[in-house]
Formats: sequence, structure tokens, C-alpha cells
Amino acid sequence: MSQLATWRTGSTRVLPGFGLSMGISVLFISLVLLLPITGLFGQLAGLSLAEYWAIITEGRVVASYMVTIGAAAVAAIINAIFGLLLAWVLVRYDFPGKRLLDALMDLPFALPTAVAGITLATLYASSGWMGGLLEPLGFQVAYTWVGIALAMAFTSIPFVVRTVQPVLEDLPAEVDEAAMSLGATDGVAFRRVILPHIWPALVTGTGLAFVRSLGEFGAIIFIAGNMPYETEITALMIFVKLQEYDYAGASAIASVVLFVSLALLLAINVWQGRFVRRLHGGKG
Amino acid sequence: MSIHLHNIAKHFGNTQALEPINLDIHEGELVGLLGPSGSGKTTLLRIIAGLENADRTAQPGKILFGDRDVTNVHVRDRRIGFVFQHYALFRHMSVYDNVAFGLTVLSRKRRPSSGEIRARVFRLLEMVKLEHLANRYPAQLSGGQQQRVSLARALAVEPEVLLLDEPFGALDAKVRQELRRWLRHLHDELNFTSVFVTHDQEEALELSDRVVVMSNGRIEQVDTPDELYRTPKNRFVFEFLGDVNHLEGKVTNGVLTCGDAYWHVDLPDGHAELLLRPHEVRLTEQPTSESHLPVTITAISPVGAEVRVELEADWLAQPWLATVRHTDFEHLALRRGQRLFAHPRHWRRFPKAESKAAEQTRVA
Repeated sequence: MSQLATWRTGSTRVLPGFGLSMGISVLFISLVLLLPITGLFGQLAGLSLAEYWAIITEGRVVASYMVTIGAAAVAAIINAIFGLLLAWVLVRYDFPGKRLLDALMDLPFALPTAVAGITLATLYASSGWMGGLLEPLGFQVAYTWVGIALAMAFTSIPFVVRTVQPVLEDLPAEVDEAAMSLGATDGVAFRRVILPHIWPALVTGTGLAFVRSLGEFGAIIFIAGNMPYETEITALMIFVKLQEYDYAGASAIASVVLFVSLALLLAINVWQGRFVRRLHGGKG
Repeated sequence: MSIHLHNIAKHFGNTQALEPINLDIHEGELVGLLGPSGSGKTTLLRIIAGLENADRTAQPGKILFGDRDVTNVHVRDRRIGFVFQHYALFRHMSVYDNVAFGLTVLSRKRRPSSGEIRARVFRLLEMVKLEHLANRYPAQLSGGQQQRVSLARALAVEPEVLLLDEPFGALDAKVRQELRRWLRHLHDELNFTSVFVTHDQEEALELSDRVVVMSNGRIEQVDTPDELYRTPKNRFVFEFLGDVNHLEGKVTNGVLTCGDAYWHVDLPDGHAELLLRPHEVRLTEQPTSESHLPVTITAISPVGAEVRVELEADWLAQPWLATVRHTDFEHLALRRGQRLFAHPRHWRRFPKAESKAAEQTRVA
């Protein structure tokens, strides 16, 4: 009885507006996220399991998985290294133009990916500035998987920088100094003191960058060359199916990308949660 | 290991954090660097540690540990232990790993065997009474425990010099008291040379063999706590080491007047400012022929060995503080709003020009 009364008046909560804000949030998530995903599964309903399996395991599609995952992995590793370096520079040093560099970090988020794709394609084509320099050396970027990885790295580097940056800021310089006063060399201090601290953030950022690269389309297609079995990415396969009005086939491939991305994000979250709990003494 | 500093100065941009400083710290001494914030005490400590470099000027400064010139030696090779105010423990390592860190980073040649490391870490943890928490993480410990871990970590590498930057500043009063006593004990037992920074004069006076009082990047005085308190060299030291009452007025024919208050003093004519400690003020119900300093009690705090009484009067710019023994307090039946007369027992006068540390002390 009394429970019912508290439930009605909501008097157990001091912060007001829970019902309203939660309701709107759920509605928004439903409209923006869940509805399109439901639509995707609706399309899949028209397929039998055998048909579904046949579509997602078709040779050309499987080749596109390999290209996408391979290039995304290379891009993620490149981003992990350079993203960490950029975050380090932005946090630990003061230099003129620091604010500008900090703002530039977000450019790949703000720039339409197609613009980035066209720019990269012209730059690295055999007639472009970079392409003209690299090709005589026997190193072709445009229309190879290297170009795909490059475009992926470009669009996803902010994920690494922006996840590592706050964690690095949170690490007081004193900890560094403590390690050195105990006789640690720079390398040892970095490996044993700094890296373990930023490790979860670095893995999360790299994971996000990887997942983002799996679904990237606009930045890649211009530089990829799109040769079947060689430089076709999965997102392009979806696009091709759509152009053939094969909505069910497009949805089938899209669902594979969706599941892989979701599984990765979930894994990152669970893993990070365990790590953070340890740092905060089982309270976090 | 003794420490010698010659001509150590430091600028941050255009601001001078330290004026050229000379200081000798003897072997086995526990020295406190005392001063208000911005006095340069932490900068000085960090320069001794090698975490900061002194200015490289025409006459570069020199830092010696014993006979070893460490001026250009990197912090990792100076063989110091440094304890930070906020502990700076490695959060992702257990207490054991934190303490063992300094031993495990030694080059393979100099590193003790893992069994030896284990024995040494547990000996240190025993010393700081934390052996039962060896597997905990820093976040699971209280502030006092964390600081003890940080001390054990610093001592693990057997430093020649232990440097502590406001080691008890972030702890509450009771833990601070306990850790202070414990550090003194540890220092006497292990007999290393230690320098610690504090802004708490009580801490400095209680803990140190000698205290270095600093202000504005200068050393004001270096002395034993006792000497420092009894014979402060200048006004800054006197004022920083305890509560001070000011009496300002004009002297004519040996009588200092200030509003309706007057007092017979043996001073030349002119303006005078006298300084008194709270325990140098006596309170009575009647004025004497010597002095007439009427005051009103505005606050009474009976906590501690003596009763602290706050006094106000219209001839005083700032309220005075007087300490009264509990028996006198009961005898006089002091209460708020009561009007009394103050009698200085003892006073000091420092010349306005700080550089001339001439001091006059009189017993009234």
C-alpha cells in the first residue's frame, strides 16, 4: 500500500523530471535507432535461412569482408600509434598553435566523408601530388587496399585522440616524476606506468575507430578503385545490391556488418568495465 | 649524505621563484622548508630532487650530495626518494608492486633476485604496518595508508636523501599527527638525510632538527625550532611562526598613546609599532599607573591547555588574541562582553626596513 503511494507521488526521487526525460529519451532512441534497425530485420523476413546464408557467403561478398576487415585493422593500428602520439603532444606540451591543432583533430568528423574521399583520391592518384611522388618508387596507394586503409585512418583518427586525451589529462605529471625518481628510464616509465593507465582508453578508441572503419563508405569508394574480389568494401556491396533493387540482399549484408559492430562494441564495454573497476577499487 | 646548495636560483618566465640561495644540510638531519605558498619552498625541494633545473646563469648554481656534484645529474640517477603531497601512487599496481617498482626497474645487473625483492618489500611494508594490505590497490586504501605506501616505495631504493613535498598536507589532523610522529621515528631509526616542505609552522617546529623559513624566494632564517621561536631574525619570521598582536601608536616622552589608550614604554619619540605574542598579554580588571589599555572580550575558546580570548577595542585596528591559564580564567570569571585591561609582559619591535634585522626586545 505504502509502496504504491510512493510510486504514485514519486517521492523517493529527489531529482525531478525522471519520467519525462526518460520517456523522451526512449522515444528518441526508438525513432532514430531502433526503427531503422527493425526495418532492416523486416526486410530480412522475406528471406529463408538458406537464401540468407547464400547471400552473405557469396564469394565476392566474402572477399569484401576480407578487404574491409584487413584494411580497417591496419587503419586502427596506425590510428592507435599516431592517435596516442597526438593525444600525448596535445596534453603534455605547450606550444604555439596548440589550440588550432586541437580543433583540427575534429575535422574528420565535421568534413563530409565524400569530400575527404575525393581529396584523398586526387592527392594519391598517379597524377596527384603524393601519388606522383610515390608511384615512381613503385608504391601505389590509390585504387589499392592501402588507399582504403588510408581513407579509413583519416575518418576515424579522432576516436583514438578524443578517448585517450581526457585519460592522459587525468594522469598527473607527478606519477611520471615518481617513476623517474625511482630510477625508471623514460621507456620503462612509459611502458609500466603510463601505458597501463591509458590502455583501456587506447583500446576503446582503437576499437571505436575499427568499428567506424567497417561501415565507412563515402571516404573510401573514390580511392578504392572498387575492383571485384580485390578492392571492394562491404559497404559498397550493400550499395550495389540497393542499386539492383535487391533490398533483401542489401539488408542481409548490412545485418552482418551490424552484428559484427555490435558484438565488438559490447565486448569493448564489458572489458573496459572490468578494468575501470580495478582502478577504482571495486567501486566504479 | 649531506646536501650543499650554492647559488641556486630559479626563474619561471619573467618571475623569479628563487633568489640565489646557499644552504647546507648536514648528514642525518631532518630539515623543514617552511613558508607561505609562493615562497619557493617546493621549487627548492624539486631542484634538490632534480625534478626542476636551477637557472643556468653566468655563475651557475651547484648542488652537492656529500662530495658528489649532482648539479647535472638526472633525477633517476640522484639516488633520492621523493614523496608527493598527493601520493602519486601507481593506481593500476597493487601495494606490493608499487613498493617493488624501484627495485624491478633496476638494470638486470643491479637488480636483486625476485626472492630478495620480495623479502625487502615485505620488510618495508612491515615497517609501515601495511603488510596485510600488500595485494590491495591504492584506491582501496585511506589517505594515510596511501602516503605510507608512497613512503615505503621511496625507501625501497635505499635513497641517500629523502625529500617530502607537503607529505601530510592532504590528510586530516589526527592522521597527520600520527604520521608526523612516525616519520620522526623512522628518520631516527634509519638515519637518512631528509628535507620536507610544509606551510604549517607547527609541523615544521615539531618535526625538524632545523627549519628553513622562506618567503618570496628568499631564505629568511635557518635555525633550530627553539632558536627560531625565541630569536626570530626579522618581522616576517616572527609573524609567520605564530599569532601576533600589533600595537601601533605615537611615543612622546616615554608614553605610547593610541586613541584613549596609553602605555609607558622606554622608546624614543616618534611612531612605533610593537608586536606581542598572545601569551605575552596579561589581563586584569583594573588599569595600572604604567598602562591603560581597555579592551572588550569578543570571543572565548576554552579548548586546549590554555583559554584563548579574543579582544577588541576602538583603539585597535585588528583584534588581539590573548591566552589565559585555565585557573586564571576561572579566577577572573571571564565572559563575552566583559571589559578588562591588557598589560603587555614582553614585546618586540622590528625596523620597517626588512633587510636590517636589528631587533629590539624589552621586558615591560
